[in-house]
Amino acid sequence: MLDSSEGYTTADGRQIGGVLMEMKNITLRFGGVVAINDISFDIREGEIRAIIGPNGAGKSSMLNVISGFYTPSEGEVFYKGSKRPQMKPFEVARMGVARTFQNIALFEGMTVLDNVMTGRLTHMHSGVFSQALWFGRARDEEMDNREKVERVIDFLEIQNIRKTPVGRLPYGLKKRVELARALAAEPSLLLLDEPMAGMNVEEKEDMSRFILDVNDEFGTTIALIEHDMGVVMDLSDRVVVMDYGKKIGDGTPDEVRGNQDVIDAYLGVSHD
Amino acid sequence: MLYRTAGQFKTSYTADQALFPVRQDAILLGVILVFAYLIFPLTASEFAFQTLLIPILIYALAAMGLNILTGYAGQLSLGTGAFMGVGAYACYKLITIFPWMNPIVAILLSGVFSAGVGVVFGIPSLRIKGFYLAIATLAAQFFLVWLFEKWAWLYNYNASGAIQVPNLDIFGLYVSGPQAASVTQYYLVLGVVTLMSILCINLTRGNLGRTWKATRDMDIAAELIGINLMRSKLVAFAISSYIVGVAGALYVFMWKGAAEPNVFDIPLSFQVLFIAIIGGLGSILGNYLGAILIVGLPVVLNLVPSALGLPISSAMVEHLNVMIVGGLIIFFLIVEPHGLAQLWRLIREKLIIWPFPH
Repeated sequence: MLDSSEGYTTADGRQIGGVLMEMKNITLRFGGVVAINDISFDIREGEIRAIIGPNGAGKSSMLNVISGFYTPSEGEVFYKGSKRPQMKPFEVARMGVARTFQNIALFEGMTVLDNVMTGRLTHMHSGVFSQALWFGRARDEEMDNREKVERVIDFLEIQNIRKTPVGRLPYGLKKRVELARALAAEPSLLLLDEPMAGMNVEEKEDMSRFILDVNDEFGTTIALIEHDMGVVMDLSDRVVVMDYGKKIGDGTPDEVRGNQDVIDAYLGVSHD
Repeated sequence: MLYRTAGQFKTSYTADQALFPVRQDAILLGVILVFAYLIFPLTASEFAFQTLLIPILIYALAAMGLNILTGYAGQLSLGTGAFMGVGAYACYKLITIFPWMNPIVAILLSGVFSAGVGVVFGIPSLRIKGFYLAIATLAAQFFLVWLFEKWAWLYNYNASGAIQVPNLDIFGLYVSGPQAASVTQYYLVLGVVTLMSILCINLTRGNLGRTWKATRDMDIAAELIGINLMRSKLVAFAISSYIVGVAGALYVFMWKGAAEPNVFDIPLSFQVLFIAIIGGLGSILGNYLGAILIVGLPVVLNLVPSALGLPISSAMVEHLNVMIVGGLIIFFLIVEPHGLAQLWRLIREKLIIWPFPH
């Protein structure tokens, strides 16, 4: 087990820092259903952490606990070294946790640019009157943030669609716009819920490249859920494996691949 | 051809986010403003002021207020009429209690009261959405109109139960009451509406506008990217009710001259809602187009038979009028469900690339 303050070096030579977020004995119940059963793991600064497991294992629930959408029935969440009190999702977002969704959750009535700009709103503080007059602080803020947003738009190569309403875009591009919106927030922790679901091989390759680039260029810590094993094993530094709400494996992709419980969960095991 | 945008390059984000990135739009608006500020007031008759110009502006303003709430923030409201009433009664009480107060200040202040009432009746929106919220605002509608009738203090205990606008002047120039000239009232209304439009355009294109649209389009995602939904909705209720309240004060003080409680009953709410829907939800321009269609068209249609010399009785004209306007509303909604503003947007897009199809 790793010490919480020390980092480690990955196989490809990247230096990973201390613990950014730690989940301690998280249990989540919906009535009698136990979605998450006593799970602990940590996410370290600068790493790409994957959460995998068969359908219904509780991965999305775990992500929802991290982003504050669900409050765990038991257990504690530590963020940047201190215990996180019970919070509303928007407060968690303001602490620097951004996410994308399994089913795309973009604002369909707005243009790509406006959608990505919404990612900046945790950084915008001008008052109603200043905004109504479009003068002084509100205007400066708008322009500064536009510049930051344009950088993200350049980075994800969606310049040509920036003024297109999101409703008109194809699926793959919507996924990318959603990533752009999350990135625009300059999060310290980026949560990706199945970023490659429903994509063809080429789109998956593009998206993988973007995820690696984000991690590499901005040093963003990423936690992702994904079903494509090839992608997970290639991208992630460490993997948590869940099954029926329990943690059955945790470690580097190679360790997890060799874990008998994990193999059983994925391939099934005979009970005779 | 007239709308060609080629050659208009933007070299800064300020230029790209300017109010009129396309030069032709600015010219078009300039022409409209010249008409509104110079040509109409110089040429319009008393009849045109009272039945077309002033009411269209006031209804457009009320619809703009509703549009902030329903079109931008996505909270359906059926209480617009009552919130207009709050504005009107607040203005009436302000003028009674502080007779020295400048009428313009009174009108702008009266919106503050409707904003407060709007926020109170907006609190259910934190829990309920869509049609259920509409029902909750309907409760506001009935309750407030009942209050206007029963609370005699609001109409200064006069026997008729109606509010009567006194003669008010600004530096000796009468702006309301029987002695006010229509052209003065028109300019005052136009000034307020222009100001409100500018503020609304700025709000809706800025950060607050994006917050509202995010709340409207997908509230869960909005919350998870850091929007405080409660704040976003209540601010929308406050600003929307403020504008609606100012429209209500203008409605009584600059146009009707007197009002009974039932003026603010649900037909008014529906009329404003229809203007917003037909004009286009989520658009500022649409409110004007909708008001022209719903308020202006019946007046013009009324004049047609006599102008053509057709021997039709005035009652018949009324009936025909209702049918034609109703038909047109359905026609426009079928042609473009997103309202007249969207229709204009599409026409504009076509004009830019004309004569090529795409």
